[in-house]
Amino acid sequence: MTSAPSHARVVIIGAGIVGNSVSYHLHRQGWRDLVLLDKGPFPNPGGSTGHASNFCYPIDYSRLMVQITRDSVRQYKELGVFRESGGLELARSEENARELLRRASAAKSWDVEADLLTPVQVKQMMPFVNTDIIRGGLSFPRTGVVDSLRAGTIMRERAQEAGALSIFPNTEVLGVTIRNGRIHSVRTSRGEIRTEYLVIACGVWSPRIARMAGASIPLTPVVHQMISVGPIEEFAKTGGEIGYPILRDMTALMYERQNGSDMEVGSYAHRPILMAPDDIPSIEESKLSPTELPFTKEDFEPQMAHALELLPELLGDERAGIQYAINGLLSLTPDGAPLVGETPEVKGLWSAAAVWVKEGPGVGRIVGEWMTQGDTEYDTSEIDIARFYPYGRTKSHVISRTSEGYNRTYGIVHPREQWSSSRNIRLSPFHGREVEAGAVFFETAGWERPQWYRSNEKLLSEYGSRIQMRPNEWDSRWWSPIISAEHLAMRDRVGMVDLSAFAIFDITGPGALDCTQRLAVFQMDVPVGKAVYTPLLTHAGKMKSDVTITRTAEDSFRIVTGGAQGGIDGKWFRDCLPADGSVQLHDMTASLCTLGLWGPSARAVMQAISADDMSDTGLPFSHAKQIWIGPVPVWALRISYVGEMGWELYASMEQGRLLWDMVWKAGQEHGIVPVGIGVYGTSARIEKSYRLYGNELDMEYNAYESGLTRRSVKKQDFIGKQAYLKQASEELAASLCTLTVDDHTSHTGEPRFMLGREPVLTLDGKPIEDRLGRRSFVTSAGTAPSLGKHLLMTYLPPELAVAGTKLKVEYFSEHYPVTVAVVGPAPLFDPSNERMKG
Amino acid sequence: MNILVCVKRVPDTGARVEITANGRAIETRNLGFTISPHEECAVEEAAVIAEKLGGSCTVLTVGPKDAEDQLRDCLAKGMDRGVLIETDGNELDPGQTASAIVGFVRAQRAPFDLILFGSESADAANYQIGIHVAYALDLPCVTGVKRMSVQTGSVTAKQETRTGFDVYQAQLPAVLTVKEGLNLPRHPSLKATMGARKKPVERMRAEVGPASLEMVRLSVPAEKGSGAEILGEGKSAVPRIVDLLEELRLI
Amino acid sequence: MILAFIEHDRGAVSSLTLQMLAAARALSAQTGDPLHAIAGGGGEFQQLERQGVAHLHCFDHESLHEYAPTAWARCISRVIEQHKPSIVLAAATDRGNELMAWTAAITGVPLAVNCIHVRPGEPFQVIRQRYGGSLLEEANLHGSTRMLTTALHVFEPAEVENALPMTVETISAAADEKDRRARVVSREETQSAGVNLHTARVVVGGGRGVGSAEGFRVLEELAGVINGAVGGSRVATNNGWRPHAVQVGLTGNRIAPVLYIACGISGAIQHQVGCKGAKRILVINKDREAPFFRRADHGVIGDLHEILPALTAEIRKRKSAG
Repeated sequence: MTSAPSHARVVIIGAGIVGNSVSYHLHRQGWRDLVLLDKGPFPNPGGSTGHASNFCYPIDYSRLMVQITRDSVRQYKELGVFRESGGLELARSEENARELLRRASAAKSWDVEADLLTPVQVKQMMPFVNTDIIRGGLSFPRTGVVDSLRAGTIMRERAQEAGALSIFPNTEVLGVTIRNGRIHSVRTSRGEIRTEYLVIACGVWSPRIARMAGASIPLTPVVHQMISVGPIEEFAKTGGEIGYPILRDMTALMYERQNGSDMEVGSYAHRPILMAPDDIPSIEESKLSPTELPFTKEDFEPQMAHALELLPELLGDERAGIQYAINGLLSLTPDGAPLVGETPEVKGLWSAAAVWVKEGPGVGRIVGEWMTQGDTEYDTSEIDIARFYPYGRTKSHVISRTSEGYNRTYGIVHPREQWSSSRNIRLSPFHGREVEAGAVFFETAGWERPQWYRSNEKLLSEYGSRIQMRPNEWDSRWWSPIISAEHLAMRDRVGMVDLSAFAIFDITGPGALDCTQRLAVFQMDVPVGKAVYTPLLTHAGKMKSDVTITRTAEDSFRIVTGGAQGGIDGKWFRDCLPADGSVQLHDMTASLCTLGLWGPSARAVMQAISADDMSDTGLPFSHAKQIWIGPVPVWALRISYVGEMGWELYASMEQGRLLWDMVWKAGQEHGIVPVGIGVYGTSARIEKSYRLYGNELDMEYNAYESGLTRRSVKKQDFIGKQAYLKQASEELAASLCTLTVDDHTSHTGEPRFMLGREPVLTLDGKPIEDRLGRRSFVTSAGTAPSLGKHLLMTYLPPELAVAGTKLKVEYFSEHYPVTVAVVGPAPLFDPSNERMKG
Repeated sequence: MNILVCVKRVPDTGARVEITANGRAIETRNLGFTISPHEECAVEEAAVIAEKLGGSCTVLTVGPKDAEDQLRDCLAKGMDRGVLIETDGNELDPGQTASAIVGFVRAQRAPFDLILFGSESADAANYQIGIHVAYALDLPCVTGVKRMSVQTGSVTAKQETRTGFDVYQAQLPAVLTVKEGLNLPRHPSLKATMGARKKPVERMRAEVGPASLEMVRLSVPAEKGSGAEILGEGKSAVPRIVDLLEELRLI
Repeated sequence: MILAFIEHDRGAVSSLTLQMLAAARALSAQTGDPLHAIAGGGGEFQQLERQGVAHLHCFDHESLHEYAPTAWARCISRVIEQHKPSIVLAAATDRGNELMAWTAAITGVPLAVNCIHVRPGEPFQVIRQRYGGSLLEEANLHGSTRMLTTALHVFEPAEVENALPMTVETISAAADEKDRRARVVSREETQSAGVNLHTARVVVGGGRGVGSAEGFRVLEELAGVINGAVGGSRVATNNGWRPHAVQVGLTGNRIAPVLYIACGISGAIQHQVGCKGAKRILVINKDREAPFFRRADHGVIGDLHEILPALTAEIRKRKSAG
């Protein structure tokens, strides 16, 4: 047995499509001294790549996944292993027919070629479909199939031939050693390898390897059933491997794909069958391969009936037999997205897991770029493994969410869809009171956050005439007119908002100023008590996050960021700490609760419960100070994301309930209302054109385009400064704009309300692209009750980013007229910010 | 033709077999189940005979409750009716198994013209159940059949020898045990697979006497050798192969 | 007494029977029971003397000259009923297993086939092969007489020094016509009487790596120059590259040549079961990680399509030189 080298720059575990691709892209980025190992033989070590159905559909609701798939297909083509077959999504039900309209619009947002088809047109493309049972189709002509094993082999061999990579099949990983929080070495059946980086790319086995390193890769192996039926006479005529489009039966949650003279039938409809990574059999124990488990026919029988119904002629042929049937294992994560990036637990330990064949080469490139330059071409937040909080990495959470999520693979998922499993994981001290007030909870990063309060239904009679109702069920799903009522009551009186999901980090120590200065784009050497809302950039100048940083002492700063971003941001802060120990990072998230108090009467409420000077001079806007509310020490930060005068009140968790009760009681005479995140996150902030990370702000648009800049650039260095200066000198490719919807009437006469991510079009219905090729789409959509309008935010190229420009927005494949209302950060509501001055 | 085919549910093992903690069974947590290739040929042959000559095929197994899966697989491959003689899960010895089958056959109003077995089961490989059944029912029996043809009232069956075939002739009804190579078993169609769900499966309890071959425990034999002596790579190894042939006096 | 069934061709005892006799002799020594043998059809059995057989029961009525399993078993059963042997053995060939099964059915004596180890006594224990030997079963065999067949290529045949004279007893009873209902009515010779998988001293086997039916030509050419036979793995026979008759493996032939040259065969357990009787195994495979290398004696890493023609040429050269 050849022994492994004693040292390697990077060890990559797993020789499926992902590991091979990572090896290749690291080599392309100039890395050498790479080692790729797998416990199985090459070229098919027995993982999920070996039994994948290997088709690449270009569509997804996620822009990132579309980008990764597009890049993967480009790479597969370059490797000569892609064959275009076309793809056809079919709808049997009315609901799925509507969903195809939405998918067609998503395709337009992400620049994916797609055509809506009538049943007759479907028949022309795929003559074997029983069109009696379908209502329509959506064709994706660029869909194709790949040879993923061959692709992996070519990529691996290229890196080998260049002398950058050595490979070790049949090599088991026995242990991983960590020193000082960094990867140190890997113990294998061919000896110990000292290494600087370890990339885990071994699919369903990834959690096992991660655990050896004291880290976690939160995925579970889950069964996907597939059978292959043949030989089918009609397919023999097509000569090549595939002559017909790949079908997705969206109603039955299935696919049918030609493979030579056979038809592969796969399903995401059967019950979720999960497996523990430790229970996966070894290669020797397996009849086929460790990820091709015995077929459980009873789970698949309803699917056979569905497939037969759709393709009666092809699959009903008595001479065509079931040649192959497996319970194939694939990786599923709690939110369905891949797990990519350096693990938050161990430096130098990278994950490239839960990646499908259609994403493999793209993810390989992402990992290569990320490891080399610290960021990638795309915004990777959605797949960043650091997005999970510790609870999100637990077995319990992974099992609950993946069990619930399995059938969503082909399902119709509303953009606001809430999970029903693994809830009540993180509760603020206000939770009990919120339940009493009839809160309807949405979840963010495990936190239960009231989206609106049923107890505020009474406000509907007060504000009913000013509230836009949404008669369409889809538009009003996961929404309530109460949100608008709460909004108006806050603007009229005063509202209290639970913001405990904020992620809070304190940076302290003699080096705190320098450290914070390096993190933030804006000047941090400010007087104690001053708060600064600032972007954070990556080394390449991409928008990493937007946070509020308050100088709490000469050598102490408090950073507040969104709950959803806390995992990724927290890792970023840790990564940016100086090595000399002069700075400490404290995660205060679990210690502090946050209560927002805003509205014209906010100050009156505050005066009733606090003796501190809360006047404009006592605590000016964008400042914070320590105050007392009764027996509760409170850190009050005067800022607003809702456009009203007021404070974010930070108190220790155990006193939160008391704080809530005191504010509530004092607020009674001012008509205080509990206000949900529906107002805070959407309606109030969109009236103010405030940006939200993940919507308006991401790594695709720079700070100038999003309007998050200041006239002068600070003289101190900060991460991304060079790129930032370069961006300043460039002509803007796009600007963030706020649009009004001018007419909501659909062809049925029913008014419709966009929810976000829809394509923005020219007046003649053409997609809009800026000079960098980015298409305009709705980054946020929301009702603005104070304006009586439905607002959309979007990036537009300079020639269209002009107030008054008439455009269109597509929603469920219908076009609606819109007008650019404002360009840049200027708000439509209270443009001079009078209300915030109080 | 009224044909009975007897099959046995066995774990579909990979290269390495694990034994359960009590040492009396194969660990099947991650294994599927199947029947032996010989039995698959018996099922196929029965189906083809019935398709050609008309008649009905019954597939029978003696085994645990879950052995119904294997019966359903056979029903999808052309069998008409399934019979599950249910055990308590413990494997029966050859005599017990045979007596359970004989009991069933005797109770039938319409006698079987042909009773087919695999040459031996994939796991226990006792090579004797077909013969026990033939003897008890006083029927002629040909074993290890690789070719067969059924005529009116008789069967011609061929047993492979080292140089060709021994040709047997027997009057029907008869018992035959067959071997892989007899035919190429079919893959069931989608329709047949779904249709199998609707075909009748009769269940009865096995009532058996004491075992005379009593399994105590199973074990995995120690692996032989420490790996091959590598003579070389590619054509350069040819001289050393020739040396080996000479050493063994093969040239 | 211990009774051993003899397979023979006109008196020439089969090598597999000689293996069984080695086990039978050992049992005879252990138990002190004399070793008897029983054979059907005519022949000269003097060689059995050197196998330690004290007494031979020979049934050779005309009606029993053609093999008829039930009728033959009936003869063995009569001897058992008359002499009540403690142990009855045969080699675990198809015929051995078949006859013992019939005898077991007739006499009601329990039978354990494919035994590799026998421990007489109470309980009477055997270790027998399952799954073609990839699994072993330890079992107790109940009854006053026990029948078993010995697994092939497990026991080493040997001869006895200073053998005592063997007595021969001829049973001349005719077969009952009813017991000849299933019998051999004719023979078909499909292979030349020359080398075949069972007689060849060297077998060249091909598997997935051969790639096609045509690909077997290089194996045939090699076999031609070394007087060997060609076999195939289950992949090769199921793909129709070779007839099923030459399959080496659990559900095909068990072979025992001096040398087995396995070309392009990864070495699934079911295949190894078929060739483990070989004295030596040489594996030729492109994949240096093929599991067969771990269980073979010699290995060559490389493409069989390159190596075999070169090997054939080299052998021809040496032959013409020699």
